[in-house]
Amino acid sequence: MSDATESIETPPSTPIKMRVRETLVLRVVGKALVPFILLFALYVQFHGDYGPGGGFQAGVIFAAGLILHALIFGLDALRDAVKPVVVEIGIAFGALLYGGVGLVSMLQGGEFLHYGVLDSHDPAHGQHLGILLVELGVGITVTFVMIAIFYAFAGRSRQ
Amino acid sequence: MGEQAIGAAVEAILFVFLIVLALYIARLRSLFAAAMLFGIFSLLAAGMQTMMDAVDVAFTEAAVGAGISTVLFLGALGLTTSEETRPLHHRITGLLVVTATGCLLAYGTLDMPAYGDPNAPIHQHVAPHYLEDSTAEIGIPNVVTSVLASYRGYDTFGETTVVLTAAVGAILLLGGSVATRSREEEDETSGSDGEGAS
Repeated sequence: MSDATESIETPPSTPIKMRVRETLVLRVVGKALVPFILLFALYVQFHGDYGPGGGFQAGVIFAAGLILHALIFGLDALRDAVKPVVVEIGIAFGALLYGGVGLVSMLQGGEFLHYGVLDSHDPAHGQHLGILLVELGVGITVTFVMIAIFYAFAGRSRQ
Repeated sequence: MGEQAIGAAVEAILFVFLIVLALYIARLRSLFAAAMLFGIFSLLAAGMQTMMDAVDVAFTEAAVGAGISTVLFLGALGLTTSEETRPLHHRITGLLVVTATGCLLAYGTLDMPAYGDPNAPIHQHVAPHYLEDSTAEIGIPNVVTSVLASYRGYDTFGETTVVLTAAVGAILLLGGSVATRSREEEDETSGSDGEGAS
């Protein structure tokens, strides 16, 4: 027991830019995993009507995939791929998409977030469309919020 | 019946693991090891929630608890020491407060309906309507999604706003992307000025 604690007690001076980048096996396996994690997040996002999952779950899985990428290739690589400006716009865009669906349903003559009026022929189709867009809004906001918090933490260095 | 017994056994094992892990983390002084074990704790909790058929919650617990928050813990550890300092105060007070709170919470659960009881108040109010009519009204097989996104759309909108506020707070307090960018730009301009002067 004491041996195990000692071995993991090595002080992590710069944990985010960890040694992972120098370890070939982790690098190769991690690189292969990232696209599948992102694909799975999209599945969770758009299959939420039929199975477990939805915007929030998809958002955190997507963000986890991107953060894994940052752990392997460094924070700067992710910053180049997902610019901080994009993150800030994305945070607001998701919530605005959600609220926008509510406003459109009001303009169509229904109550706020009453998706039934979005399709003039079949209320169920309107519900489908509304839920799809609203979940997409949640997914976008959650993804970028997680990345923004990660940037805020990982971007700081001890001064 | 056999399936239920296996389920109960798995739940019991997970629960014992959770308690042992919680006690071990509480005694641990290495913050790095504690952060790692918190991730394992979340993963076990996610397994527990899967056993209780709360797959959506388990998803979130596994991704946030075991994944993202572990990374954030490590990021925070980079800014501080990896060893917990010895507390100045007597730890017996803390133990008493925690024990008293735990006992109160346990006492509170005595009045709650049994787990999975179909006659519980929560299953009598609007739940029957959701289960029986959501297929006709919303047309989506997953009732959880129907409730979250449509019947309770206001709540989910509020939750999204809370998440948004969390990010705004993190960016403002921790000097996130905006501050870092402007600082980098300052550095660049001062660097080019220096070159020009030389």
